[in-house]
Amino acid sequence: MSGVPLEPVYGPDDDVAVMGDYPGQYPYTRGPYASMYRSKLWTMRMFAGFGTADDTNWRFKEIIRSGGDGLSTAFDMPTLLGLDSDDPMSLGEVGRCGVAIDTLADMEDLYEGIDLGATTTSMTINSPAAPIFAMFIAQAEKAGTPRARLGGTLQNDILKEYQAQKEFVFPPRQSMRLVRDTIAFTAAEMPRWHSVSISGYHIREAGSTAAEELAFTLANGFAYVELAMKAGLPIDSFAPRLSFFFNAHIDFFEEIAKYRAARRIWARWLRDRYGAVAERSLQLRFHTQTAGVSLTAQQPEVNIVRTAIEALAGVLGGTQSLHTNSMDEAMALPTEKSARIALRTQQVIAFETNVAHVADPLGGSYFVEALTDEMERQAEELFAHLEVLGDGSMLEGCIKGIEDNWFQGRIADSAFDLERKINRGDRVVVGVNRFTEGNDERPMDLLEITNEDEARQLKRLDAVRHDRNHAAVTEVLGRLASEAADPEINLMPTLIDAAGAYATLGEMMATMGTVFGRHVEVPVI
Amino acid sequence: MSERILIGKVGLDGHDRGVKVVARILRDAGFEVIYTGLFQTPATMAAAAVDEDVDLVGLSMLSGAHMTLAPAVVEAMRAAGSNAPVVVGGIIPDQHIERLKAAGVAAVLTPGAPADQVVAVIREVLDQAAAAQP
Repeated sequence: MSGVPLEPVYGPDDDVAVMGDYPGQYPYTRGPYASMYRSKLWTMRMFAGFGTADDTNWRFKEIIRSGGDGLSTAFDMPTLLGLDSDDPMSLGEVGRCGVAIDTLADMEDLYEGIDLGATTTSMTINSPAAPIFAMFIAQAEKAGTPRARLGGTLQNDILKEYQAQKEFVFPPRQSMRLVRDTIAFTAAEMPRWHSVSISGYHIREAGSTAAEELAFTLANGFAYVELAMKAGLPIDSFAPRLSFFFNAHIDFFEEIAKYRAARRIWARWLRDRYGAVAERSLQLRFHTQTAGVSLTAQQPEVNIVRTAIEALAGVLGGTQSLHTNSMDEAMALPTEKSARIALRTQQVIAFETNVAHVADPLGGSYFVEALTDEMERQAEELFAHLEVLGDGSMLEGCIKGIEDNWFQGRIADSAFDLERKINRGDRVVVGVNRFTEGNDERPMDLLEITNEDEARQLKRLDAVRHDRNHAAVTEVLGRLASEAADPEINLMPTLIDAAGAYATLGEMMATMGTVFGRHVEVPVI
Repeated sequence: MSERILIGKVGLDGHDRGVKVVARILRDAGFEVIYTGLFQTPATMAAAAVDEDVDLVGLSMLSGAHMTLAPAVVEAMRAAGSNAPVVVGGIIPDQHIERLKAAGVAAVLTPGAPADQVVAVIREVLDQAAAAQP
């Protein structure tokens, strides 16, 4: 799929880098742990969120009942951009692609009745990660779970927002200050929390190749490492809490090679370039989601098959947690039934196929090892470019690459290349450019999100604004503004106070925005 | 002179893979393409349609807000004095297509539409609009 030329067969004459390593041994190509799924199966972490917090709380409880063992929260577009539901820009988007969170009151409803000390929670939030995290901590502590016991992941990967996902608010450098604050805060106070989930998923969905996903994601990881080290944090105090999030696309072996190369590159760079010593700093651990972009609106049931193959690649590549997409997601958010089939897909792989019994079962395959080496080689080429761009610094290289539209241009070029291949029929997509009989069948029943959720959320926000202590809100927002102006101050404690005072997400973001400014993308086509 | 097409992303949806691919497809097909970038409102789309004197407006919508935002763009354009037809592309469930057309959207392109179909639909909408001119 990346256009890596493949030989008809691989064998002893192919010069491959690692033969003879074991999983759990440096550089962890074959897996971070010696026994892998024998000792702990991957976490079946299904992403959910829609409508109001009540609706999503109900879906979370359904996931836990069906045997899912980790929660993953999808926020709606206004929340992802730090806007309140009653902002004029939010019109039509409230609760549509995820759950609407305006204040602590919504966060309380979202996790009502769920023991946050016992389950781990992932939150897909980036530009407003710090204030949403503050609300999460405030509600957990109010419900009786101290922050030190909270386990989970904040996506908090702002660099890929400018590169691919495009849900940005503040300019890159100001956003990176908030990332630094969350890394420092969790390193000091939340030993079970993953501060950043460095995400290739969205880079791939936006159109990159597998090698670009690998390289851009790890480069962003190096940038966060340099950011935290620049702030004076010792590498082994925060690196064990960085985790990754990769795509599982349909090109099966290329994906497996990508995960294996990622582990090896991370271990080498962290040890040799950044001086990490702790084993946990060197062991790359990752979440996987099957490729939304590989799903087709045509003959959607076939998507179950695609997702199963992609999920298997994630498992054979040694993922620590997995989300499987539902068959209807090329058209809408999933229905309860299609989401259940997606979870069942993981359960079939885990409990029926026996693939989880042996760690890195493809290790030593001439082909997989050669492809792993090739992925690493391509990634190193891209790192070299960024290093030149940043004058020796990956942090600067990544920021300059964003400011110069280098990442964005490469991703758009790769997306267009693939589109042309599909248009020419050089790449087959079943039901789209071949095997289209059956495309005219009756459409599936889809989940319909009504505007009633929006109306309900607006009423709720109104009530919270009315009932809170106005003097406390004014005081804490004033403090937030003055602290934002001093880059030496960590904003997390004041954001937690603001959340506790029921300041809205929009208020916190706008207050910081008066100091930080806004990012405007110059679009390239 | 080639026809001018304004392509935009309205609302908060940041998914811009499709819009960029379609912009290139139309440019390669000989149209003059202007891309607004992200986070437009119905008012900014209408203003750009008038200022750029475009022949057609394309909206890329993947967040599910199309039933609210697409009719609002059509209405804002008509109020601002642009009669250019509006084509919507993206994740649009089948049952919404007729409702969008009733609200003044000229055509809808859904996931998997091949390049030649995109060009053909745009061509047809432009020809119909030209024929309807007094």
